[in-house]
Amino acid sequence: MDYTLLIVQTLNGVQLGLLLFLVASGLTLVFGILDFVNLAHGSIYMVGAFICASLTFVVGNFLLAILIALPLTAAVGYGIERLLARHLYARDHLDHVLGTFGLILVIDTSVHLIWGPEGFAVPLPAWLDGQVEIFTGVVIPTYRLLIIGVGLAVAGGLYWLVNFTRLGMLIRAGASNRVMVSALGIDIQWLFALVFALGAMLAGLAGMLISPITEASISMGGEIIITAFVVIIIGGIGSMKGAFFAALIIGLIDTLGRSFLDDIFKLFMSSDAAETSAPAISSMLIYILMAVILAVRPQGLFPPKVR
Amino acid sequence: MLQLTRTDWLTLVVMLALLILPPVFLWTGNEFYLLLATRLVILAIAAVSLNLVLGYGGLVSFGHAAYIGIGAYAVGIPVYHETYGGFEAVAGYGAGIHILLAVVISAIFALFTGAISLRTKGVYFIMITMAFGMMAYYFFLSIDEYGGDDGLVIDIRSEIPPLNLDNPLQLFMIAYVSLVIAMIVVKTIVNSRFGMVLQGAKGNNERMVTMGYNTYFYKLTAYVISGAMCGYAGALLGNFTTFVSPDMMGWSRSGELMFMVILGGATTAIGPVMGAAGFILLEEFLSSYTIFWHLPFGLILIAVVLFARGGLVGLIKGKGK
Repeated sequence: MDYTLLIVQTLNGVQLGLLLFLVASGLTLVFGILDFVNLAHGSIYMVGAFICASLTFVVGNFLLAILIALPLTAAVGYGIERLLARHLYARDHLDHVLGTFGLILVIDTSVHLIWGPEGFAVPLPAWLDGQVEIFTGVVIPTYRLLIIGVGLAVAGGLYWLVNFTRLGMLIRAGASNRVMVSALGIDIQWLFALVFALGAMLAGLAGMLISPITEASISMGGEIIITAFVVIIIGGIGSMKGAFFAALIIGLIDTLGRSFLDDIFKLFMSSDAAETSAPAISSMLIYILMAVILAVRPQGLFPPKVR
Repeated sequence: MLQLTRTDWLTLVVMLALLILPPVFLWTGNEFYLLLATRLVILAIAAVSLNLVLGYGGLVSFGHAAYIGIGAYAVGIPVYHETYGGFEAVAGYGAGIHILLAVVISAIFALFTGAISLRTKGVYFIMITMAFGMMAYYFFLSIDEYGGDDGLVIDIRSEIPPLNLDNPLQLFMIAYVSLVIAMIVVKTIVNSRFGMVLQGAKGNNERMVTMGYNTYFYKLTAYVISGAMCGYAGALLGNFTTFVSPDMMGWSRSGELMFMVILGGATTAIGPVMGAAGFILLEEFLSSYTIFWHLPFGLILIAVVLFARGGLVGLIKGKGK
């Protein structure tokens, strides 16, 4: 096996995992505290990418565009919370799924109306566009390192926010007993809206970060949301720690599976059979993993303490 | 004496209209509407099958489109091999083998995924069924021989002498009769002892377990029946469109099926049929005006969820009997 490729692909897997974590953390946060299933979370991720792409052309700087786009995406999340999500909290999960399914249609078509059907390529500043040699012979794009750095920083920031701040205390309290929190005089509606906007901002950030690599496109939301759901199911819905580890596991397994599964299969089957079965198996690998984990632990790897 | 309720009348009227209108359209030169009605009736079978688990069982399956895809590929793959050779075991044009494959493979897929999914509940169940649906989606997406992403054209429709599925009216009638049988099967199941246990478990699972029922087994059986029935609808859909692609089994398709059940009214016999009708007609109507029809469609979907809780049946039935 090619060890340079292995290291590069491992880093790619970590990068994918961290992006997945950004999306999944918002999902799991919203579910854990609001008990709300938001299918449209992937659409917010997509909207973030488009806002950032447009701003990059307006202000001429990708990083500055991200800084402006983040509060805008949070505002989109706040709008969704006020107009739709808030009215569905008291309903069952089926209504959440259908309501946000409708919201996906609305958001995706609106983006189509505003930005057109084509994807939107986002140029990187020159200093991010190069490559760096991290070990002898192992060269990876600078920008991927930046994504890994940002992903880890956000994960650390969320850990600090949830565990060591007053807001985090309210979030944890809200997750374990909503009624008690509001009985203690906390404006629970304000807390819910804030959490929703925070989740939207995290998803938007993920969309912005990936757009220079894949370009912003309407279909990107639908592609990531399923994987993000798999992440939070495996991690245990509502658990931030679970989302983090599951995202990394999924990112690594998906990336490494796609590049090395045919080599592994060739160890014990004919090369023909390996080449036909490996792509099929590798695209299903994360679902197989999910099935195995849920068969053993139906509540996921790190189920949150029940309310 | 047989006492018909308002819902029974509604069922009769809708089913009669569905039987009479399409041939009339054909004879007055509007074949397009016959085709629309055929698609409607086929999707209604899928919605009726979903209603068994979603409505009566309270099991929100978000992956039912997978069975439609499996059913359609169960027609496409044998036809492909009969035409171009290879895979002798399944190759064939006969409707018998197609339907057998569609129903049996759907049932097996439902058995395996259901056995795992039903260990979970609530939102886990919704998401894991969705993930299993996507697993089937990616499975067919990655097989290049059957067209992968581009899908597979079904060159020849299933052969079922003396009938001929190339005749649009005959295809419609087969779909219609299948729908009626599907509705009777679901109705019979729901009113049986089995169905009572299933609905009891939806209301309060712990109570049924305490009473000594193995509700897991009941739910799994219902899930398998529903999957097999939906696979059958898929085989019909493959014959109707003469094309099958992974796109038919994506999660948004599953969402559409769920919407049909809710739009029409879950836990009623005619609800899924009216939901499928409402869905198809709305789609047809809106998309004739604008390519951006998903926008008003999404808004209507949201409005239905927010304001019309009993679905169309609930609206018509009103507060009376």
